[in-house]
Amino acid sequence: MIEAHLPILQVIIPLLSAPLCLLMRNRTVVWSFALMANIITLLVSIFLLQQTLDSGVISYALGGWSAPIGIEYRVDILSAFILFIVSVISCVVLIYSGKSIGNEISEHRLPLFYTAYLLCLSGLLGIAITGDAFNLFVFLEISSLASYILISLGRDRRALTAAYQYLIMGTIGATFILIGVGLLYMMTGTLNMHDLAKRLPSVIETRTVHSAFAFLTVGICLKLALFPLHLWLPNAYAYAPSVVSAFLAATATKVAIYVLLRFTFTVFGVDFAFTDMPLGEILMIFAIAAIFIGSAVAIFQNNIKRMLAYSSIAQIGYIILGISFATSLGLTAGILHVFNHALMKGGLFLAMGAIVYQTGAINLRNFDGLGKTMPWTMAAIVVGGLSLVGVPLTTGFISKWYLVLAALEQGWWPVALVVLAGSILAFVYVWRLIEAAYFHAPGEHTGTVKEAPLMLLAPAWLLTGANIYFGINTDLSVGVASQAASILLGAQP
Amino acid sequence: MTTASQEILLPLIVALPLISAALIRMCDARPNLREAVTLLTSVTLFALLLKLAPAVLKGAHPSFQIAEPFPGIFLQFNIEPLGLLFSLIAGFLWIVTSVYAIGYMRGHHEKNQTRFFMYFAIAIGITMGVAFAGNLLTLFVFYEALTLSTYPLVTHTGTSEAKRAGRVYLGILLSTSIVLLLFAIIWTWSLAGTLDFTPGGILAGKGSDTVLGILLALFVFGIGKAAVMPFHRWLPAAMVAPTPVSALLHAVAVVKAGVFTILKVVVYIFGAEVVLGLPLTQWLLYVVAATILLASLVAMTKDNLKARLAYSTVSQLGYVVLGALLATSSGIIGSSMHIAMHAFGKITLFFCAGAILVATHKTEISQMHGLGKRMPITMTAFLIGSLSIIGLPPMGGTWSKWYLMLGTLEGSQMVLLVVLLLSSLLNIAYLLPVPIRAFFGTPADIDTAPGIKEAPLACVSAIVVVAIGCIVLFVYPTPLHHIASMVGFK
Repeated sequence: MIEAHLPILQVIIPLLSAPLCLLMRNRTVVWSFALMANIITLLVSIFLLQQTLDSGVISYALGGWSAPIGIEYRVDILSAFILFIVSVISCVVLIYSGKSIGNEISEHRLPLFYTAYLLCLSGLLGIAITGDAFNLFVFLEISSLASYILISLGRDRRALTAAYQYLIMGTIGATFILIGVGLLYMMTGTLNMHDLAKRLPSVIETRTVHSAFAFLTVGICLKLALFPLHLWLPNAYAYAPSVVSAFLAATATKVAIYVLLRFTFTVFGVDFAFTDMPLGEILMIFAIAAIFIGSAVAIFQNNIKRMLAYSSIAQIGYIILGISFATSLGLTAGILHVFNHALMKGGLFLAMGAIVYQTGAINLRNFDGLGKTMPWTMAAIVVGGLSLVGVPLTTGFISKWYLVLAALEQGWWPVALVVLAGSILAFVYVWRLIEAAYFHAPGEHTGTVKEAPLMLLAPAWLLTGANIYFGINTDLSVGVASQAASILLGAQP
Repeated sequence: MTTASQEILLPLIVALPLISAALIRMCDARPNLREAVTLLTSVTLFALLLKLAPAVLKGAHPSFQIAEPFPGIFLQFNIEPLGLLFSLIAGFLWIVTSVYAIGYMRGHHEKNQTRFFMYFAIAIGITMGVAFAGNLLTLFVFYEALTLSTYPLVTHTGTSEAKRAGRVYLGILLSTSIVLLLFAIIWTWSLAGTLDFTPGGILAGKGSDTVLGILLALFVFGIGKAAVMPFHRWLPAAMVAPTPVSALLHAVAVVKAGVFTILKVVVYIFGAEVVLGLPLTQWLLYVVAATILLASLVAMTKDNLKARLAYSTVSQLGYVVLGALLATSSGIIGSSMHIAMHAFGKITLFFCAGAILVATHKTEISQMHGLGKRMPITMTAFLIGSLSIIGLPPMGGTWSKWYLMLGTLEGSQMVLLVVLLLSSLLNIAYLLPVPIRAFFGTPADIDTAPGIKEAPLACVSAIVVVAIGCIVLFVYPTPLHHIASMVGFK
């Protein structure tokens, strides 16, 4: 019986747990409660993934009111995959936060933190699961507002300005999305995505629908930080608490990518988006720019969290590049890299957080000699860094392989070379860290540090280990990604 | 020996040195125990290899699958004659180098010895993985792992000079392997639909001559460990490492992994006929010929002994690549044999250079006049090694050079024959002066200091073993020739 209501439970559980956190004052109690809610959410997402893999699309009418007037929750393989990724990362990060958050947020604000965290989680999950365009906007706003709060809780005073900058740009993005949805509603009379897909072809040649497409694309690209709409990301990741950086880096942009996929392929359709409109070319140009410029700027950053932020911009470039091919291999590569990058960046930010916890700051100077004093943490960073480069036996290699293969399949070998050149750039900025950690003697900042506590190391290594595991055994990741890709490209939404 | 037990030997041989690396780490506090672990492991490894050899020589191809990272492409081991040859050489020379390294590290009072022996073992294990790779993906995985695992060895001394050299090393090797080699591998996959090493190749008819030519060029330049110019700078840069590292890794394991990969790609991915038929092959042969000559010329200008040997290695690697690209039966045989001959010859030379460093703290050739009187065994071994590299009897290098020249005749490549002969002359010019001046030169001031005597016993015994090996390979080359002639056939 409960199986029938899994879709709504996926969102309701974190959504209702969030305000309950405000009632708890004790730090351990609120953390355990949030973690429990999260674990249940994770179990629900695993069940949903299994159900979708077995029986196809799950359709759930909210409150018993059926689509297209009622809100419909529609879970296909792509949504289930994203739900799973978000839940897993959230769970791992929450376990980690038990210890690390005390250092960065004052005690009396902790319930606020967990409330905002669970709200953000429910927002992200809602985006991935809903089949209604306006409902998507609602959840988008919930998750965005919650993330502004989360970022502003950072210790550094610049966190406030970073949150404000993100607020302005994020609201512009959300407003564009709303305008796009509104224009679509005007032309078709429906908000249900499945229904939109059926009704759009008859009105698709109008300027209104073209504008809607443009508004939606720009708005979504703002949220997913595609170059040149990425300006909010570096500051937001750099000044937020470590836990928040890890969570957002691994989930927020991924869900935005999901929204792009959903609107482009399911609602508007491949033919319109890529043949009538030059979406493929535009995305490819910006993706290549993101790869080069993101990696190049990362090389010159002294604040390491900022460096990882620019690295994320480059990695998002890879994902969008795969999507811009609009072929089965290209989409598989893009969706696969969503998963792989979540693992990579999640692990890296958690390890960075451990370093912040032990040394108090995050500049390159702080890394001197850490290879000796914090060997396990640095080892996690080395593995994560090698994965960013794309060394074999890591997930990064698998993603790069599929991207190059997708490019070669089209005969676009310069694009393939771009992908590989990006790896070299990634290697340069990873290498600065490794040289500082292993070749410099411990400096004044790092002379007395010890290894990070197990509660911080274990989640970081869980994600890093998963990085290696899924670099060797790719049945789950590639299997689901390719199934999702084929659904997006041809079969029923 | 049953097939199943043969098959399990493959991952066992690769894993054994990796496990011993962990043991070495644990024996940090007890150096003698630590060295015992290294020696025991190296002997066991070679014994296992000898156990595997007879079946492979009879034509068996044991294989072992590890995982399937991509649908249809496995990480798997699959041994064939060339891989066996490479692994036997590397395995035997590991034993000798371990003995030498113990003497060297202790005689030179090096720091961080545990770290050294640990990464050494890891690098050897990975080399075995390269030798046993059954397809291009597995080969690439171990190839990259070799680059990364030898980095701590190259930068062992930790000085800023070592750091700079390490950057050049990693920079060139990783750039070429990611941008050129990986690109070529993925392109091969999309053309041929498989990456397995198959006698006769997998690319016949799968693309136009231009496409296949460009692909071959990508492989030749992408395999940076083969040091084809202009991607050779990492080799002289890596000479900053301690001599045992230079000896085994940069005269045997790392560089041989490079030329081994090129040979495997030519024989088992393209196939000899395809390579012979491509117009671009001729241009690649000229680039390799230029590498051979230019590297020899640069070697002549170097006063630092290790730098001279480094450029000599670049030149000698060119021989192997030349033989591979000639793609005639003698060329391939000469190539394979030269892998072994050069390994023994070069390792002798590097061992001598290290022995001189430990005994006299000298690195420049101009300081080594008259050293032969003080260190007769070392300089005699140097003479033997030099003769082998030059290719004169009674040293093993004679045979490999013979087959290479036969290969150029088979392919009607007169220019290349002249290049090989010229190169031998250049080898004489940059190698022989060292032992000649050592024996017949008048010593400079401090060389007559009474403190100088032969290097530590461990070093000297290792030197003697490999020098004798050079001679043995001349007198008894049959097993080597037998394996070499099996390369490329079903």
